[in-house]
Amino acid sequence: MGYNCVVCVKQVPDTKRITGQAMKEDGTVNRAALPAIFNPEDLNALEEALRVRDQHGGTVTVIAMGLPAACDVLRDSLFRGADRAILITDRRAAASDTLATSYILSCAVRKLKPDLVFCGRQAIDGDTAQVGPQLAEKLGYTLVTYLEELELDGPMARVKRNIGNGYERVRSRLPALFTVMETANHPRPPALLKALKCKKARAPVEIAKAVDGTLGASATPEAKSAETARRCSDMQTQNLLITQWNLDDIEADLGWCGGAGSPTKVNRIQSIVLAGGDYKEFPPTDSGVASLLGELIQDHTIG
Amino acid sequence: MANFFTDNEDIQFLFQHMNLARVATLREQNFRFAKEFDFAPADAPEAIDNYRRILDVIGEIAGERVAPTAADTDTVGNVLNADGSVTYAPGIAEAVKLLGQADAMGFILPYRFGGLNGPNLLYTMSNDIVSRADAALMNIYGLQGIAETINAFASEEIKQQYLPRMTSGEWTGAMVLTEPDAGSDLQAVKTKAYQDASGQWFVRGVKRFITNGCGEVLLVLARTEPEIADGRGLSCLLVERGPRVRVRRLEHKLGINGSPTCEICFDDAPAKLIGERRRGLITYVMSLMNGARIGIAAQSLGIGEAAYRVARAYAHSRKQFNTAIENFPAVRDLLLDMSLDVQAARALSYFAAYSVDLEEGLGACVAAAQNAAPDELKRLRAEERKYKAFSKMLTPMAKYYASEMSMRVSNSSMAVLGGSGYMKDYAVERHLRDSRITTIYEGTSQLQVVASLAGVIGDTVGEVIQEILGDRVWPHELETRVVHIREGQALLAESVAFVKAQTASNAYRDLHARKLVDIAIDLIVAALFCDQATASPKKLLVAKRWLAERMPRLRMLKEQVCSGETSALTDFEILAGPLPVAD
Repeated sequence: MGYNCVVCVKQVPDTKRITGQAMKEDGTVNRAALPAIFNPEDLNALEEALRVRDQHGGTVTVIAMGLPAACDVLRDSLFRGADRAILITDRRAAASDTLATSYILSCAVRKLKPDLVFCGRQAIDGDTAQVGPQLAEKLGYTLVTYLEELELDGPMARVKRNIGNGYERVRSRLPALFTVMETANHPRPPALLKALKCKKARAPVEIAKAVDGTLGASATPEAKSAETARRCSDMQTQNLLITQWNLDDIEADLGWCGGAGSPTKVNRIQSIVLAGGDYKEFPPTDSGVASLLGELIQDHTIG
Repeated sequence: MANFFTDNEDIQFLFQHMNLARVATLREQNFRFAKEFDFAPADAPEAIDNYRRILDVIGEIAGERVAPTAADTDTVGNVLNADGSVTYAPGIAEAVKLLGQADAMGFILPYRFGGLNGPNLLYTMSNDIVSRADAALMNIYGLQGIAETINAFASEEIKQQYLPRMTSGEWTGAMVLTEPDAGSDLQAVKTKAYQDASGQWFVRGVKRFITNGCGEVLLVLARTEPEIADGRGLSCLLVERGPRVRVRRLEHKLGINGSPTCEICFDDAPAKLIGERRRGLITYVMSLMNGARIGIAAQSLGIGEAAYRVARAYAHSRKQFNTAIENFPAVRDLLLDMSLDVQAARALSYFAAYSVDLEEGLGACVAAAQNAAPDELKRLRAEERKYKAFSKMLTPMAKYYASEMSMRVSNSSMAVLGGSGYMKDYAVERHLRDSRITTIYEGTSQLQVVASLAGVIGDTVGEVIQEILGDRVWPHELETRVVHIREGQALLAESVAFVKAQTASNAYRDLHARKLVDIAIDLIVAALFCDQATASPKKLLVAKRWLAERMPRLRMLKEQVCSGETSALTDFEILAGPLPVAD
């Protein structure tokens, strides 16, 4: 029997490439200065779902919530083998914290009624690891975090979880939501023939922007929306249209979305600049080692 | 994320600079495939975007997944199992799987078999990238010419049967040519092929030194005409791995340990004839071999690139006498010689691959234009002939220069690292070991020189240089360099004339062949650098240094060729001394 899988993915700034310009004065991340990438552990989540499909059949649907630019990670998911990509984008979702985000995602996932939901363990920008668990809670799905191995047998999943100082094996009934560790697998590369086709996949919001560009300022809004609709249906027939949902499409309660639905209040952000930089050389002699130890004891690194 | 395409300044430059639009237009036959396949490009800009995406994926696999396994693969090697099967090193097995998942194992095959229809130039770039990560992987990834040979010459039935499984990476191939007594001289092949009453072919014999001989699809050169003793009695047969094919030995080698080198027994193994009888060596294997030679040139580029990078980084960080060793003039000079050597080999090899693409593409145009106006057909034929002559000369030249470069550069890299480089702690000793085979297989350097010589004697060199330089107004700094190239061409012409005048035998020509080819390569590379210099300030410096270094050497070579020196012919016995007596 096949399983229908949903994978939640996020586009994040590449925080491994933090340089001087990557932080703003106030200590927040300057997203414009960092390349936007596929959140690494979301790739592991996608790989896990693709393996389920390879083994048992079924479908893999990928959901990303965010600005239209998030279509890049959706396209990448299609290159790697996802069957369908869905963008949730809505200005009213701006400033959502993890609670609001997981609420919005839950409204979307509920429409799809999947057997399994996969999330990366955490995103490298916020590093909260909260969205997966909160989403499971709202869906009423069993939550299994820190997945490293997954075996499916009918309505049951057997999972090896990383618990930090070892692992445990658990069994869970489906439907369930798993958060996936980077140690679970090596994500497969994009398949080039798919990539060369699906590089043309677009969401309606992107198509509308392209129409703006080609028709120019002089065209009427009606002409633009007619042209957008024409191109969207053209893309649909080629199976290249990325599904796009707003908060109304997923019947979300606006009180739970965006700033209004986000209890997290940032109290203070501290910009900590590590002031070190000088280094000291100790010669590899007995007296050198002794003076190194002396310093380490003195500044309480050891002892 | 390590990406061996995006982090390579030189490949990036050549990708921009070379005429990929022309290559793509020919390869895609004016983009006619776009109607049939939704992933085929509709115009040249889209094709180039596709090419960039393809190399981007290959570059990431090479940098992220393959390079970290190369040292382990070198240590572990392959295992010959009791049942005659071979288990790849884990890194190689994983890499082949990944490249298959990425649809890269059908790189040059047509779309209809699941291939990417990539041009030779792009495939050469990808081999360069892959070999930098692990030279041994190229011996499997870079063997796609086997599938291409099936595509070019086999029946439709055989193509349908084998090619889809080769593009998916499920099956790999081997070119099965060498025997104990038939190495450089393939005309001496003894393995025989015969038919039974029903017409079924069988192969019987022993082949040796077969790269990836454990693959599933073996293209075997065998004698089908026992009465014809030379190359015209040989045919090309496809043998599928099976109970009558046994790998009985894996060689223990100096380098490329991840590449299984097999001795294979064919015990009346069932076979299928590829193409026509008697054309095995003279048509099919020569075609396969030319592609393979460009492949080895690209493998050499990857090794040279990897070895250079280790030395560049080490010279920057290693301190002696209170300063980084890169601050010593002798080390700087050495590093720049290495860097220019890599760039020269890459320029030459890519241009050779480009010529092959033009030759093949124009050939397809000629075939498709039989009803065109006679003038148009004549023009196309002339163009095709031109690039055919180019690639015939440039292919062995690129193989010769690039492979020798990889040895020089990895040797110099070890010089920069000194004692540390001699130890197993750094990758340099692996690069040096890996490089050594490149001047030997797919024809030794001496054979590449022989294969290039006709073009040098017949002035294909002049036509190539003219094609590269064209008729244009050069900026002042380059104008003087172009004058140097013209002077060099005059020296080459003098040398050739001197050699031609020695009419008694071809021995004098053969004795000095390598020097003639060296002069020709220096000049072609100089022309390529001058052309590149119009688009890059760095390449202007490269062109200047190249000519400053090479012009004096060129004059020396000319003097040697015109010296009449023949001691190797006349006084060999005395100079070589007595034969060593066996202990």
